[in-house]
Amino acid sequence: MNAPSRYDVADHAPRTLSDFLLRWETILIALLIAVVIGNTIISPYFLDIYNLSDATFNFSEKAIIALGMTLLILVRDIDLSVAAIIALASLAMGLAADQGVATPLLILIGLGMGAICGAFNGFLVARIGLPSIVVTIGTMSLFRGLAQVILGDQAITKYPLDFQTLGQGYLIKWPPIPYSFALFLLLAVIFTVVLHKTAFGRKLFAMGNNPVAAQFSGIPVNKIRFWLFVLTGVLSGVAAVLLTARIGSTRPNIALGWELEVITAVILGGVSITGGAGTIPGVVIAVFILGLATFGLSLVNVPGIVISVLLGLLLIVSIAMPIVVRRIMNRKAA
Amino acid sequence: MFVTPESLLNIITDTSFLFMLALAQMTVILTRGIDLSVAANLAMAGMLTALASRALPDLPIILVILFSTFCGLVLGFLNGALIAGLGIPPIVVTLGTLAVYRGLIFTVAGGQWLTSDDMTPAFLAFPKATFLGISSLVWIAAVVIAAFWFFLNQTRTGRALYAVGGNPVAARYCGIDLAPQQLLVYSIAGTVSGLCGYLWVSRYGIAYVDIAQGYELTIIAACVIGGVSIAGGVGTVSGTLLGALFLGIVVNALPVINVSPFWQMAISGAIILAAVIVNARAERKTGKLILPEARRAAGASK
Repeated sequence: MNAPSRYDVADHAPRTLSDFLLRWETILIALLIAVVIGNTIISPYFLDIYNLSDATFNFSEKAIIALGMTLLILVRDIDLSVAAIIALASLAMGLAADQGVATPLLILIGLGMGAICGAFNGFLVARIGLPSIVVTIGTMSLFRGLAQVILGDQAITKYPLDFQTLGQGYLIKWPPIPYSFALFLLLAVIFTVVLHKTAFGRKLFAMGNNPVAAQFSGIPVNKIRFWLFVLTGVLSGVAAVLLTARIGSTRPNIALGWELEVITAVILGGVSITGGAGTIPGVVIAVFILGLATFGLSLVNVPGIVISVLLGLLLIVSIAMPIVVRRIMNRKAA
Repeated sequence: MFVTPESLLNIITDTSFLFMLALAQMTVILTRGIDLSVAANLAMAGMLTALASRALPDLPIILVILFSTFCGLVLGFLNGALIAGLGIPPIVVTLGTLAVYRGLIFTVAGGQWLTSDDMTPAFLAFPKATFLGISSLVWIAAVVIAAFWFFLNQTRTGRALYAVGGNPVAARYCGIDLAPQQLLVYSIAGTVSGLCGYLWVSRYGIAYVDIAQGYELTIIAACVIGGVSIAGGVGTVSGTLLGALFLGIVVNALPVINVSPFWQMAISGAIILAAVIVNARAERKTGKLILPEARRAAGASK
């Protein structure tokens, strides 16, 4: 055999310790441990099982949407309208609840509204071929605007008691695991298996890396993109059910600004905004980091807006650090 | 009567911020970037300027404006440095700095609101001062618009932005590097946001954490309606101005034709969608599947 030319690609590059240490999930787990230790030091109440279970209420709904958003960003799309879908789905449930509709049907209405909104996004993006960021900026105004038109400055607060249990109740009493958190864990496992262990998951990576080549390889790219938007819409519907049940009311500004928090979690989770790279476990860890950091800081009465500074810095620094480290190491190697 | 010279001038005055910020956003989008932090930057510069003016009430107004603009420049430069220097995608960086800048407003002001009582008469009067019957706000917007037109159409650097956005690889082979252009456009976006920061605070007589909250999306919407391609390289000053004016007219017209202001958000959403659908021609550049088309053609001819 000839000496390896530069066109030879090794089947799989030798793994070094620095590869492992610079793996995104490793960095995230270190961050998560740092957050837990830091919180334990600043507040004696942090490591309390009831407090921790309380904390999950605040991030489970966003986390559920983040799973769908991960798949969308993976295939180079994005959905900025998720929070507006929550508003519209919550409104649909509220109007139905006013008519005395029972809980199971209320849930279906919430999920259905999410699916309709998602399908609308998917149609414009995948069928008509419009850039998703622009479409969803538009539908974000449209969906929330419709909620505002119908609701005005009113609020709907008449929800049946068993509906409210969905958002406030526990699946298991000890350790206390709320329904929303249990649902998130279940979905996270399903998403992990589907994305990382099935042919369908590999197709998504192929689409993200090169949509044109993926299409020529027989992957129904636009069909999949459409259904991913529907999926994200349904997950937003799920979040709407949980959130509406938890706070027991619907206002036009419900979940305002959540889209940016969801996207922050996905990006911090190591999903490349340019598509084609990322893992569900990474996003799950990122969700925990953001959720627990927020909860720990609010335990010691740090104002929410200051927490958002820290989370913004966390996002930038955690993305910038590996780049800087790699550059320094390359300089040493050269 | 909706259309009178007076009402038109009102609309233009109300839309001045959108004109300036949309043009700044357009230069960013031309390079395939996006700046989500402009509104937060505006609010931050406005708050710092209000604080500075309260501490030094005798500061001449020109220095106040320069201070605000400089604050914006620094914040924008920071974005540019992270994007160009480290190669982090613009949407990631500006999503982060959006949260950071917003939150810092709370921190620097200690959570307080600065109202017109905290501002000097000169500070408040400037944007409302008129020259030839037109407010200084509109004059400033006119100068900014002219500067953008000149920069994008008549200078080498301005044309280079189109080249970088249209085809970064080809631009690079022509000796136009992306990084310095990025540093430039985010600094420009920051500078304009900073300028608008003072104008906004003094026009509305209030500075607090949430001013111009969510305005970044209105700005991007104005660009999209004006025909700026989010994929980069396509967009004109006149188109963007029309896009901004369109949104401005919608906002101003609704109360006049007795439509509840609650409709405003839904209508602008619908307009954005309509505009993208109409503009979609320029966007499609994916590979072509010959077989299904041939099959469809065969099916149609049968």
